[in-house]
Amino acid sequence: MSDAIRTDSEMLQSPGLTERMLSALRRAAGKLAEEPLGLAGFAIIGLLLLVAAFAPLIAPYDPTAQSLSNALQPPSLAHLAGTDEFGRDIFSRLLYGSRITIQTIFFVSIIVGPIGLVIGVVSGFFGGRTDAILMRATDIVLSFPSLILALAFAAALGASLSTAIIAISLTAWPPIARLARAEALVVRNADYVAAARLYGASRLRILFLYIAPMCIPSVIVRLTLNMAGIILTAASLGFLGLGAQPPAPEWGAMISSGRKFMLDFWWVAVMPGIAILLTSLAFNIVGDTLRDIMDPRHARS
Amino acid sequence: MKELTASELARRVLHLVVSLFILLTVTFVIGRVLPADPVGAIVGELADPAAYEAMRARLGLDLPIYRQFVIYLQGLFRGDFGQAILTGNSVASDMLQAFPATFELATLAIIISAVVGVPLGLAAALFRDSFVDKFARVVALVGHSIPVFWFGIVGLVIFYAALDWVGGPGRIDVFYEGMVEPVTGMLLVDSLLAGETEIFWNALSHIILPAAILAYMAMAYITRMTRSFTLEQLSQDYVIAARAKGAGPARTVTHHVLPNIAVQLITVLAISYGNLLEGAVVTEIVFSWPGIGQYMTNALMIGDMNAVLAATIIVGFVFMLLNFIADIAYAILDPRTREAAR
Repeated sequence: MSDAIRTDSEMLQSPGLTERMLSALRRAAGKLAEEPLGLAGFAIIGLLLLVAAFAPLIAPYDPTAQSLSNALQPPSLAHLAGTDEFGRDIFSRLLYGSRITIQTIFFVSIIVGPIGLVIGVVSGFFGGRTDAILMRATDIVLSFPSLILALAFAAALGASLSTAIIAISLTAWPPIARLARAEALVVRNADYVAAARLYGASRLRILFLYIAPMCIPSVIVRLTLNMAGIILTAASLGFLGLGAQPPAPEWGAMISSGRKFMLDFWWVAVMPGIAILLTSLAFNIVGDTLRDIMDPRHARS
Repeated sequence: MKELTASELARRVLHLVVSLFILLTVTFVIGRVLPADPVGAIVGELADPAAYEAMRARLGLDLPIYRQFVIYLQGLFRGDFGQAILTGNSVASDMLQAFPATFELATLAIIISAVVGVPLGLAAALFRDSFVDKFARVVALVGHSIPVFWFGIVGLVIFYAALDWVGGPGRIDVFYEGMVEPVTGMLLVDSLLAGETEIFWNALSHIILPAAILAYMAMAYITRMTRSFTLEQLSQDYVIAARAKGAGPARTVTHHVLPNIAVQLITVLAISYGNLLEGAVVTEIVFSWPGIGQYMTNALMIGDMNAVLAATIIVGFVFMLLNFIADIAYAILDPRTREAAR
């Protein structure tokens, strides 16, 4: 009940979606200043975005240029992370590889976000049998082992970055749907929704223009929390040869090819893993921090 | 009101059956519907039309799709997963061969993670914001962020190549291969049954690193959940009463908190065990561990969908079964739900 009241008073000022998100962001940024670890996480993600955008400018070498005379060199000033079996500069490949990671995260998010949002909001708004069926389906997908299923999908569709993205998306929507449903359940009883219904707005109009927008901010937070898991699953698929194909500098695939020489030339397999670890660590930290900031119950304890 | 528990049980069983049915439907779709030309994949592109049609009929692909699905299900219930291309055996017998290796690895891992993770979570909750708590938080955070296959490689580089503390990839030194009678298929158990302690220690030196690495992944979750369960209990009146009567922190935990969180912990352990099976798939490749994961990936490489789907179904089924057991354990063991049911 108190949730509904809070939502009402916010809606009385009827600010637009972007404005609401901006003010929430501003509030969050204020609290974030007190969280050094969270700030560090944001900094790493920001750095990752910069690196992905300007990889050609930053990278000291061409990521696909082979130089067999230079193969398997240990890390040095000339090659910060050493070279691989074809003499390619691993550091440059890692920088370019960030583009594949960002791409994966981006596409999985824009597939999973809307699907989860629609399923959750429809479920919460219509209730009854629709709700029961949709939530049962969500529970069932949740009880699937996601990596194994993604493996089987990627195997059937043929290995590529896009099948990896689809395979991950297929099992990544349920947590989003559950969250969106919970939000929709709160919002659907708000007075402004009743008002819209009174002046004759159709159910679909209410669903998409009045209820769904209210659920978007928390869906975005939840997506951030899931990023680390998505990165790890994508890297696993790449490691198994089911993601982006060589010579693309995908981090998981780089570990896989470095595995053959891991006992003699450790850096080939170890360096890409550090990149994966740092990135998913940053997303985990940011996700935790966002949750602490957004959830007052959490912050108080 | 005993009917309530019975109907609740029936509901859970129904949920398990429906989930399993959907898993089988999904694998059917992956195996039969998604591949553009399964016949061409077998007979080759240049086969003459008669041979092509013959193969199509042999695979049952000329039947309507629902008939194909029924035949597929009938086969599965007879335990017939088809032939494996790689080994030439039936997939089912290959699975029986591979499963004990995965089971042994995952079981040792869950034991290690419970033995380390639960006390760490308890300590983190008892000494909140202390060094232990911060340490537990870092352990959990890194555990949630580290790619498990990479962690395995790093472990091998350090503990096998550099320090030589553990055995390398594989379940046992080549020298000992095939020297114990397979009874359970689990080398640690079989070697003890045969009284071959030397082989036991060798097998242990091989399994300890992959098991420890898998255990760490599970530990991240177990520690975090133990901590939050314990914190919840510590603020309850009965704990304050126990403290007021003079019980020290150790006694509070062993006599008051642990019995109250035991049920929740069992649920967490069952879920972690399922996740471990999944993690084992990628870990096995790094350690050349001849379990389901390695079998599945080898099959993937040559596009042997029968084997891939059988592995998907088996791991999926065990995963769901563990979730089911976790649910049931909760309902049976928790005195509060028992009370409510009565």
